[in-house]
Amino acid sequence: MVLQNIWVIPAITASSFVLILLFGRRLPNKGAEFGLMALTMTFALASIGAAQWVGRPADLEVEPASTIKSAEAHDEEGGDEDHGNKSDKGHAGEGAKEHAGEGAKEHAEEQDEGGHGAEGTVAEAGEGDEDHGGGHEAEPIRRPVDRRWAWFQTGDVKVQAGTHADGLAMAMLFVVSLISLLVHVFSFSYMHGDERFTHYYAALSLFTTGMFVLVTASNTLQALFGWELMGLCSFMLIGHWWDRDGNKNSSAALKAFFTTRTGDVGLLVGISILFFAAGQTFDIETTNRAALTGQIGSGVLLAAAAALLVAVIGKSAQFPLHTWLPDAMAGPTPVSALIHAATMVVAGVYLVARLYGVFWVAFDIGGGGINPVAVVGAVTILIAAALAFVQADIKKVLAYSTVSQLGFMIMALGVGAWTAGIFHLFTHAFFKACLFLGAGSISHSGSHHSFDMVKDMGGLKDKMPWTFRTFLVATAALAGVPPLAGFWSKDEILLGAGKNGYGLFMVVGLIGAFMTAAYMTRCVYLTFFGEPRGAAAHHHPHESPPLIVVPLQVLAVLSVFAGLLNAPFFGELFGKWTSNSTVLGAGIAHHEFSLVAAALSIAVAFGGIATGYAYYWKGFRVGSLRHDRGPTGMLYRLLVRKYYLDDLYEGFIVRGIREPVARAAYWTNQKVIDAVVNGAGIAARGIARFVYEIIDQRGIDAAVNGAGIASSETGGLLRYIQTGRVQQYAALMLGAAGVFALALALL
Amino acid sequence: MYLMQFLVLAAFLFCVGVYGVLVRKNAVLVLMSIELILNSVNINLVALGVYRGYDQAIVGQVFSLFVIAVAAAEVGIGLAIVLLIYRNRASIDLSEVDLMKG
Amino acid sequence: MSGANVAFGVLAAVMAVSAIRVVTTKNVVHAALYLVLVLAGVAGIFILLAAEFLAIVQILVYIGAIVVLFLFGIMLTRAPIGRAPDLDNDQRAIGAVVAMFLFGVLGWILYDGFGDTQLQLRDVGRSGDVGASIFSTFVVPFEVISVLLLAALVGAVVIARRD
Repeated sequence: MVLQNIWVIPAITASSFVLILLFGRRLPNKGAEFGLMALTMTFALASIGAAQWVGRPADLEVEPASTIKSAEAHDEEGGDEDHGNKSDKGHAGEGAKEHAGEGAKEHAEEQDEGGHGAEGTVAEAGEGDEDHGGGHEAEPIRRPVDRRWAWFQTGDVKVQAGTHADGLAMAMLFVVSLISLLVHVFSFSYMHGDERFTHYYAALSLFTTGMFVLVTASNTLQALFGWELMGLCSFMLIGHWWDRDGNKNSSAALKAFFTTRTGDVGLLVGISILFFAAGQTFDIETTNRAALTGQIGSGVLLAAAAALLVAVIGKSAQFPLHTWLPDAMAGPTPVSALIHAATMVVAGVYLVARLYGVFWVAFDIGGGGINPVAVVGAVTILIAAALAFVQADIKKVLAYSTVSQLGFMIMALGVGAWTAGIFHLFTHAFFKACLFLGAGSISHSGSHHSFDMVKDMGGLKDKMPWTFRTFLVATAALAGVPPLAGFWSKDEILLGAGKNGYGLFMVVGLIGAFMTAAYMTRCVYLTFFGEPRGAAAHHHPHESPPLIVVPLQVLAVLSVFAGLLNAPFFGELFGKWTSNSTVLGAGIAHHEFSLVAAALSIAVAFGGIATGYAYYWKGFRVGSLRHDRGPTGMLYRLLVRKYYLDDLYEGFIVRGIREPVARAAYWTNQKVIDAVVNGAGIAARGIARFVYEIIDQRGIDAAVNGAGIASSETGGLLRYIQTGRVQQYAALMLGAAGVFALALALL
Repeated sequence: MYLMQFLVLAAFLFCVGVYGVLVRKNAVLVLMSIELILNSVNINLVALGVYRGYDQAIVGQVFSLFVIAVAAAEVGIGLAIVLLIYRNRASIDLSEVDLMKG
Repeated sequence: MSGANVAFGVLAAVMAVSAIRVVTTKNVVHAALYLVLVLAGVAGIFILLAAEFLAIVQILVYIGAIVVLFLFGIMLTRAPIGRAPDLDNDQRAIGAVVAMFLFGVLGWILYDGFGDTQLQLRDVGRSGDVGASIFSTFVVPFEVISVLLLAALVGAVVIARRD
């Protein structure tokens, strides 16, 4: 069974990394075949695993429910009908039998914790009763598949390595392996002829491995391992072209590395706190359970969650550490797609989703009102979306769009819409990867390796029909046009924010959605419509080769249909598949699809698109922003300078530390030390003259001469002992030590 | 068994080691003699640990382990120095190494 | 005489003779091989003292690693492999006097201090306890030792490499 052996998936990509490094250069395709093979295998395994997960009987009751008995009956039915096509009946029966024995014991445990978790949610359940049709919350979920190995033991602390396969992990595995596979395919054509082609593929494999390790980890230590692996690989891949464009690319890589590293300190601190707080264990399930059942004191939990939030802010490029992500565009475009869609930045979101019990209790997410996670997400949505309006570089528009969408995910988790958050992660991966790969396709074949929409693009609609179509579909999905993927997930986030008592954040989300639709319209206009400019006009743009277009088409199709997985009229399958005991233990409210909210978000999306349309196609403009001296012009300049955050970090903090220290050192050198030295010199000269004239010349000479002669004589005698041979010295020393010991013993 | 017999054996090894250190010209042989000295110390640590009871016996063994680790480091560095001397002077005769001669 | 005493006598005799041969033999390689005998004897003594883990470490580290290192040192410095007449310097007499004097002093002090103390071996030293002791009470020295080994490693490379 794949679920028990999902360790195979990271193992495959890790061995692909090693094989590419060892043999890549000698092969006809420079090692790409290993990467493609490994990713094909992992994608197949992840798909089978996901299917097996879906076919798994949902027999784990988490809340004290009245339906324990009916779970098995329901399960049998499920095996026959609903899941009949995905798993054979024999398997379903086997699963039920397998758990029959341990079932009773575990039910007791689970009920126990469920009871604790429910305490905090009784009130809430009351509030939102009309939404979730009373009492159906306790629907049984699929039992996660755990596999543990003894890893190491120090003192009394046993640390186990292991894999944890549940809906969240399987969904992530599926997305990551799919996006990574498509990126591998795309890169084969895109990076063709690159001088470091082999290293590129090796790093891609290792990068994917890092994400797989993180996703399948059963304890925080393993997760940290994958997390850092990704940090390293992102550094290598962003700086892939380190020798081009001066030091722009390498400094972008350094910036990404250092900024995420700033956050990683938080992760280390958070993991350490949780290790001790949860009773000396790194296990994620245990930690969540301890947090939810109140075994961890609130102060400790708050400190841990705050530290982890710093890590998330760094890794997922949230405000105010988001500045590295747009700079990371210096890397090859497929890498950007991989970083933005499936790995690296979503690692932060995944971490919050995984350790949700900790965040839930620490920040009292269920309580409504305001909390740090939601605030960070909401602020990020707005500032990043605003920045996306003023970018000329198509990849930077997409980068800020990613930052903004990550803000949506973090905000969703912050307002208690867990399923919505990870569902947005799931759908966003498809259309954002599609957009990035589309941008790569444009630069590859349409704009002669330029990413500047204003100077080198425009009018590519007819020249690159497939790129245009897929880009348009992905844009519509991102903007939230129904029934494409982005609509469902974004709508769910807004609904969750509104229903869970986070009204303010719902408004922020609506504004963000409006801005998303508008800036993506601008991006599409500048790229594909209007007159061709620069390279697009002079270099004969053409459609990209099939290896580039096919991944785009696959992703576009998924951008259309992925959202239906959690659509209300399909039974919100995604939510059921990914639901886990932490989520149920926390008692997160589930909300039915609301037509009013959907209408609102549709209106906002179309409003954004219409605004962009009016502005660009119809030429409806207030005036040229660039030269405006009024408040809008100031806003424009503020955005162009990215809120002066980079200036703050580099100019103020880095220079602010470096220069004063240097200046202080120089001042000390000039004023203090020189003065002391000069003063000492003057004084010494005065004294010396006095000594020389009065004492030396008259009285001392005789004495000195006498002493000199005496010491010369003595030295001449001692010179015979000073042979320079260590062993004679040693003999003397040891003899003396013996004499000394004898003396001590006798006394 | 008497404690004495272990201690005297250790003392004997120590003194033989000292003799080697003082007398040998070949630097590698000097290093070997130093190993004799370190081993005598280990015997002492373990024997006196046993004399002090079970807990202290464990402590004595731990310290012996540390001594072994330090000895390994010492031999590594020592042989590196010997190699360097050999490379510079084409000889490891310690009686010829007398730069400190006054 | 108990078995342990007999074993001690045999071990002590072998070690004494071998140790003297280490410092007097005319053959460098033989010196290294006699050193092996002494070190194995020390391991035997450790077993007599119920320190089995230490005995095994002694064999692994000393005989397995350090002696091999010595042999490499002998080869790399092109020491005379056969008999060599001038392995000792001219202070054999001084060395012998110092060594014998030290042995006399030490022996007398030991006899004075522990003349008739019996050793009671109540329990075999369990290696688990040694490990627990290292990783609890002595964890800081242990870490310092590891840093020392690292420094020695780096230092040996830096010293011995050709520039």
